[in-house]
Amino acid sequence: MAIIDLANPTRFLRLTDRLLPWLVGATVVAMVVGLYLALYVSPEDYQQGATVKIMYIHVPFAWLAMFAYTVMALASLGTLVWKHPLSDVSAKAAAPIGAAFTFLCLVTGSLWGKPMWGTWWVWDARLTSVLVLFIMYLGIIALWRTIEDPIRAGKAVAVLTLVGYLNIPIIKFSVDWWNTLHQPASVIRMDGPSMPPSMLVALLVMALAFTLLFMTLHFMAMRSEILRRRIRAMRQREAAGASGIATAATAQADTAPRDGTGTLNGKTAEARS
Amino acid sequence: MSTLGSLFVREMRLSIRVGGGAWMGVLFFLCVIVVVPFGIGPDLNLLSRIGPAILWIGALLASLLGLDRLFQADRDDGSLDLLLMGETPLELVVLVKCLAHWAASGLPLVISAPVLSLFLNMEPIATAALTATLLAGTPALTLIGGIGAALTVSLRRGGLLLAILVLPLTIPVLIFGVSAANAALDYSMPFATPFAILLALTLISAVVGPFAAAAALRFSSD
Repeated sequence: MAIIDLANPTRFLRLTDRLLPWLVGATVVAMVVGLYLALYVSPEDYQQGATVKIMYIHVPFAWLAMFAYTVMALASLGTLVWKHPLSDVSAKAAAPIGAAFTFLCLVTGSLWGKPMWGTWWVWDARLTSVLVLFIMYLGIIALWRTIEDPIRAGKAVAVLTLVGYLNIPIIKFSVDWWNTLHQPASVIRMDGPSMPPSMLVALLVMALAFTLLFMTLHFMAMRSEILRRRIRAMRQREAAGASGIATAATAQADTAPRDGTGTLNGKTAEARS
Repeated sequence: MSTLGSLFVREMRLSIRVGGGAWMGVLFFLCVIVVVPFGIGPDLNLLSRIGPAILWIGALLASLLGLDRLFQADRDDGSLDLLLMGETPLELVVLVKCLAHWAASGLPLVISAPVLSLFLNMEPIATAALTATLLAGTPALTLIGGIGAALTVSLRRGGLLLAILVLPLTIPVLIFGVSAANAALDYSMPFATPFAILLALTLISAVVGPFAAAAALRFSSD
């Protein structure tokens, strides 16, 4: 199935309906295996003791904070270049999930930093760039919530997301520069000398589990976003029918071409099931 | 050329004459610099050490202030639609509008910075370095801010959202501007390296800013 076939929201809903149980199952299995490996099999660090176990959720959170933004940037390209109808749904669904993962990355890092560095927060280069990434996520969510029409909001947010994606390497580089200027090498480096294989395997399994978790949540959020837009289109149509004013019909016209067919299909699909 | 030239002249006239508010930014800059010593105390040694940082943060906040009117006034009176439909590429129009906005509100900040640095007990050499970095860096702030102004042009209260969207993107400019300005205080640090990166950031935003802002303006109109 080509990706353009998924442009029809109803077909996408049907596909994810079949796919989601398998994804949830795979997530649970990978999470259980990963947690078992991380908590029971992998050794404790000779310096850090049991607190090193925080790494097994902290590092996957950090990886997914970037991964979710990459998904959003690709979806923004889909919105602006190919005008794929589901890509702005994908971008909108990924933003709060990515923000939540980034926030949890900061929280777990802070909890890890307290026993290790003796403080909740240091202006370390990595922490600072993740904090900036978190603020960018919040800005994107704020822009989504400010523009009422989802199609126009999708285009505006796509521009912002791509500009942010260009800026992330520059911000990372400049924060590294700033950090070495201000506090040279006073912080314990997070990547130790070398990692024993048992720790690495546990970390990789946890990263896989979190990626699966992100995909599951992302598909679920996309489904509810599609349904939310259908309800919006139905309400607008109802309002237009009730008042019978031509202006209401033109106001709805910009959402109708996309949601129109999907809504009708959705109705018949609901009637069948 | 004549189209862009007359657009530049029009923007300058609009911002300098009554109701333009180009000098508000300088007044705000002055207020920030006056307020800071009340917050951290009148210690002249401390103020001269952190002076470049205070002036840079003040200039950053002041240049954010007028940005929400960059495209909004044109949208209100309908001239934005004419610019969108005209034959001149919208990217060039945005670039010229940003340059005119910088000349009317960013350049006064750069010119007033040496005067304000007297309040912060800064050395002449530090003042010179700071003014040079502001001259090189404030165009980048306006050009990046233009993206935010284009994104929020159709919103009724876009000013606050604009600051939230733009501030994370301006962090690199702030870092390299302050680094280069501080090099004059501490001779162990290089001046040329951060200054060159600052110029590079300005050039990058001169390319990225107009394209992104023009795209956002086109999407906001349809």
